[in-house]
Amino acid sequence: MNPVDGLHRPGDSPIHRLRPQVKIVALVAFTCAIAATPREAVWAFGVYAALLAGLFTLARVPLAWVLTRSLVESPFLVLALAFPFMVEGDPVQIGFLHVSEPGLWAGWNLLAKATLGVWAALLLAATTPIAAVLAGLSRLRCPEILLQITAFAIRYAHLTVAEVTQMRLARLARCDDPRFLWQAGALARSLGVVFIRSFERGERVWQAMSARGYTGRLPLEVGPAPAGALQWTAALAVPAIAAGIATWTAVFV
Amino acid sequence: MSDLALHIPTDVVNGPISLAFALLAAIAVGACVIMARRHLDERLVPLAGLATAFIFAAQMLNFPIAAVVSGHLLGGALAAALLGPWLGALCVTVVIVIQALLFADGAVTALGLNVVNMAVIASFAGYGVILLALKVLPRTRWGLGAAVFAASLVSVVAASAGFVLQFRLGGEEVGQSFGELAAAILGTHVLVGIGEGVITAGAVTAVAAVRPDLVHALRGTRLAQPAEETV
Repeated sequence: MNPVDGLHRPGDSPIHRLRPQVKIVALVAFTCAIAATPREAVWAFGVYAALLAGLFTLARVPLAWVLTRSLVESPFLVLALAFPFMVEGDPVQIGFLHVSEPGLWAGWNLLAKATLGVWAALLLAATTPIAAVLAGLSRLRCPEILLQITAFAIRYAHLTVAEVTQMRLARLARCDDPRFLWQAGALARSLGVVFIRSFERGERVWQAMSARGYTGRLPLEVGPAPAGALQWTAALAVPAIAAGIATWTAVFV
Repeated sequence: MSDLALHIPTDVVNGPISLAFALLAAIAVGACVIMARRHLDERLVPLAGLATAFIFAAQMLNFPIAAVVSGHLLGGALAAALLGPWLGALCVTVVIVIQALLFADGAVTALGLNVVNMAVIASFAGYGVILLALKVLPRTRWGLGAAVFAASLVSVVAASAGFVLQFRLGGEEVGQSFGELAAAILGTHVLVGIGEGVITAGAVTAVAAVRPDLVHALRGTRLAQPAEETV
């Protein structure tokens, strides 16, 4: 997999067919609902996980892939494991360990919410190609200048990543195998070379663009497609359920 | 270590603080766009795009720290030294947003926190240290290398200090152990920062040797050549 292509898994499920702007709003709403749910409402997190699992099945994303990609959050799991020993409060005994009860809740809170947050983001990343994410952000009135920079960055990241890979192969072919930090000189210098090449390429691209009449904004009048009411209702159904549960638990638990 | 993220996930820091930092990040990014455009005018989009692509590729490069442990660049100080703090912070911001939306790395609700730490604090702290250090150190290869090394170290530690501050404001109440937690986080990042510093210093001095005009921190001046080499 090319690392620049994101985590997109092409497909033709109902979730793949949703408009990107709808999915982005749904992701933000769902993540906010997760964050707002009180930690004591353990069943609510179970419901969220079940909802997400259902959506992953609908999108035909294998759960094994989701679990592998979830490892991205593991440094924060260390923090979650440290909480029971750090947070002050009533001690409880589990086996031979003395841990604090609020600390256990804090660890559970971090573990559950971080995992669910990553799963929700993975659902968007898996079902939406990069170009569609940018189109969706543009529909959501994200500043055009940032989107243009992002589009350029993604387009040329293929090239720079290929250059870095090529230089790595060239180093390996010459038996450069740094094991310790002070041996990494060639690696650092090759990074400098990639920067010079990237910057000079940027200048050439700009010259080519200005030769074709570029004056600081792209002459694109083709806006991304709007989403109908049906799409919004369908996509926001799950975040709405989550928001309902979050409100319910916040009031009654 | 290459697949691990340092980006803040969902609800480590509570809603109001996340929202406050999102506002702060939006203002800072707006200022970065205005300032970067002042220097680059219509060249902003292609040049910032290519520079972001470079930061993206630089973050993929794994470097060894010792034996089997390896890490990857955060890139804040590298971007600031080569591109200046405004454009540098802008490029790192774009990288963070791409990672949150396309790689599920870092929560969408924590985007403001991550942007403030890794883009804004890292770039500006790093750039400030380079400017100060270059006033004291000789403008030679080693002087620039040392300045960039110090800047990278400071930028990584400052970014993690940003997280510690946000956690203090809106994270779990850990009471007396907060000091230990902060020390553990900052200590780890000193090690990360040393690795980052060595690689960044090597990369920036390599650029300065060939195209000193592309190193923003040198402000258009060449490095002083050692006497025996100029003969």
